[in-house]
Amino acid sequence: MIRITGGKVFDPANNLHGVIRDVCIQNGKIVDDLPSRGRTLDATGLVIFPGGVDAHTHVAGSSLNFARGLLPEHLRNAHPIIRDQICRAGWKSLTPTTFATGYVYAGMGWTTVNEAAVAALSARHTHEELRDTPMVDKTFCILMANNEILLDLLQAGEPERARHLLAWYIRATQAYGVKAVNPGGVVAWKAGRAGKDAQTLHQPVPGYHRVTPGHIVAALARFCDELHLPHPVHLHCNDLGAPGNVATTLETIRLLEGHRAHLAHLQFHAYGGSDWESFCSGSTRIAEVFNASPNLTADVGLVLFGPAVTISADSPWQHLLHQLTGKKWGNIDVENETGCGIVPYVYKEKNLVNAVQWAVGLELLLLIDDPWRIALTTDHPNGAPFWRYPEIIRLLMDRDFRQEQIARIPDPIRRRMILPDLDRVYTLSEIAIIQSAGPARILGLKQKGHLGRGADADLVLYEEEPDAQRMFAYPRYVLKGGEIVLEEGELRRSVDGQTTASRPQYDVGIEKELAPRFSRRYAMAWENYPIVSDQLPGLQIQDCG
Amino acid sequence: MLTLTLQVPLTVPLEAEVLSPDRLIGLTIPQIQQLPLRHGNRTVHLSDYFTVEGEPGDTLALHGDLSRVKWIGQGMTQGTMQIHGSAGMHLGSGMSGGTITVQGNAADWTGAEMSGGLIRVAGNAGHRLGAAYTGSPAGMRGGTIVVHGTTGDETGWQMQRGTILLNGTAGDFTGARMKGGTIVLTSGAGKRTGAGMERGTLISLTTVKRLPTFLYACAYLPQFLGLYARFCTTHGVHLPHRAGQYRRYAGDAAVSGKGELLIWEPELV
Repeated sequence: MIRITGGKVFDPANNLHGVIRDVCIQNGKIVDDLPSRGRTLDATGLVIFPGGVDAHTHVAGSSLNFARGLLPEHLRNAHPIIRDQICRAGWKSLTPTTFATGYVYAGMGWTTVNEAAVAALSARHTHEELRDTPMVDKTFCILMANNEILLDLLQAGEPERARHLLAWYIRATQAYGVKAVNPGGVVAWKAGRAGKDAQTLHQPVPGYHRVTPGHIVAALARFCDELHLPHPVHLHCNDLGAPGNVATTLETIRLLEGHRAHLAHLQFHAYGGSDWESFCSGSTRIAEVFNASPNLTADVGLVLFGPAVTISADSPWQHLLHQLTGKKWGNIDVENETGCGIVPYVYKEKNLVNAVQWAVGLELLLLIDDPWRIALTTDHPNGAPFWRYPEIIRLLMDRDFRQEQIARIPDPIRRRMILPDLDRVYTLSEIAIIQSAGPARILGLKQKGHLGRGADADLVLYEEEPDAQRMFAYPRYVLKGGEIVLEEGELRRSVDGQTTASRPQYDVGIEKELAPRFSRRYAMAWENYPIVSDQLPGLQIQDCG
Repeated sequence: MLTLTLQVPLTVPLEAEVLSPDRLIGLTIPQIQQLPLRHGNRTVHLSDYFTVEGEPGDTLALHGDLSRVKWIGQGMTQGTMQIHGSAGMHLGSGMSGGTITVQGNAADWTGAEMSGGLIRVAGNAGHRLGAAYTGSPAGMRGGTIVVHGTTGDETGWQMQRGTILLNGTAGDFTGARMKGGTIVLTSGAGKRTGAGMERGTLISLTTVKRLPTFLYACAYLPQFLGLYARFCTTHGVHLPHRAGQYRRYAGDAAVSGKGELLIWEPELV
């Protein structure tokens, strides 16, 4: 039981924009009022936000773990977290260790994360890893757009059964949502078929005579709607990173036919030009269509200059990146399900492509009118590690600082972007939306991202100051589930977060038919594949519909 | 000159990256005595293990059996350090300038990823001399290492630039995955010399066992060797460059094949 008094509350979901009022917490939830006795926390002069929600990050699962193993050299310059009464040991590196991930997120005021890409086959391990990621609540999406069993059903013209299959996978893995990565492209590349990647959205995926990437996108978007999943299909479009991929992204949006979709790391899909020489920003065209399409949400996937680790299930692109940069490359082939590639990368401001990427992320945040539909992310650790979010907030809130940064970019590159002409600055309310309220709504997490009655008491208290980067990097207090976990910049206690899964309905009859398909496709036995929720103590369930 | 003498025989290693002229310049003796070292999982003071005498400056002499003292001269950029005894692992790792002289033996990872300066070892050196740490793209990036005794395995692993001069025998995988730089082997090396080397030069004054992916090119006397021999002489290594020829083998053809292995043949004219 705790009453926080005197703070300036930013709770955009409940239309509170900097109103001074008390926030009362009982049993880990926000309540309307409390009896006057009991603990109070004086928040006079502080700003109160709902805890941050990361709509798209990579903090667990087979791919991230592979990256941790592939890149031991990153630990040498990383900040160590020394074991003490509260913390377990770990590293705050580009791919932080499990416990460190939780501490660093909470240290910044983020209390919920969505691991955006988990191979269904590694879901069991992902659950175990997420259990070892404290301080934050978790959800994850499973990779389905290159699942050969699903593609076979689409090829056979059986969308109904494909939908049941999708729901079965979500239940069997205790996942929250569905991720689609380079639909059709990964499966084609893995088979080493002609053309290597999917060619266009309308040509059949190499190896299939009917299914096109366009079909897969449209089908998955429709299935997620029909299954009433809280979060729509989490879509990593085809042609990531390629010059001129705006056309593909716009065509993908058209193919959705009004169904809901979440466009992941939109920045990587908003480039103009026709080759690397003519590479330029394509954000205006994307933003225009996005603003007019209320069925869409997105996270930005912003790039910051400096080292990063690119981790993606888009293995053809990752292989290309390895060939372009000559950096080391790790690849995982996940049986019939998906792929994964890992390449370390350094974004440089004097590099044409990198500088345009940096600008496109900011342009999207500034051009998209409705902050509720675009979430603040860096596609951690692809664009930058998540612990650099405060830098982005400063770039959004401080026009002079932004212009200073733009001035550092060479002239010829600056002409490829529209960022220098954009004057918009974000208000604190809008920051609260893109960092917390918006992503919570995008993910369909009703308990998160607001401070209304019944919400989870996850909140963060900042000291208002002119330097937004400092302000957001060092919160004064962070509360998780009503417990003060950070006070005066120091972790006070470690709490476990909960993992949430969704429960779409499906026809149990599908299982009989799945079993033989499974034994043909998988090394794992059908009986061993599903994770029973009894094995996951504390698993939260969100019903669908 | 500042003299530090190890007083306590060590069983648990001491981690002492403060033992470097860079870290000691400008400090008084009492301040030096208070510098932190790691002993196992405890932090201790320098004076718990060393006596400190003399004038603080850019010359440092270390006495005692330092074979369990790790990270001496780590990241050193200037000055001179004389070790009157043996040194522990990671000696001069990442150093970019200055000179380290060891009168006894040096352990593993000596001069790993160094980019400048000189390390001279009178005795033997351990494994991974001038090598890359796990995961790094490149090992030694510059500077010189001279070892008068034998060296362990994987000498110059992934080295990119710089020179390693070896008077004694080297272990297996010498110059493996080299990307540049030069290693001179006066007394031969173990198995798989130059495995996976992409560029760089291995010069051997005795026959060494060659991998099948090293292809014979020619016998010749490279022009640069006269100059190079003069450089080697200043470090006490004799490199013949008259009355004989070098057989040149290009390799490792398993990768780019742009490296070279030069083997001295005194009989060839």
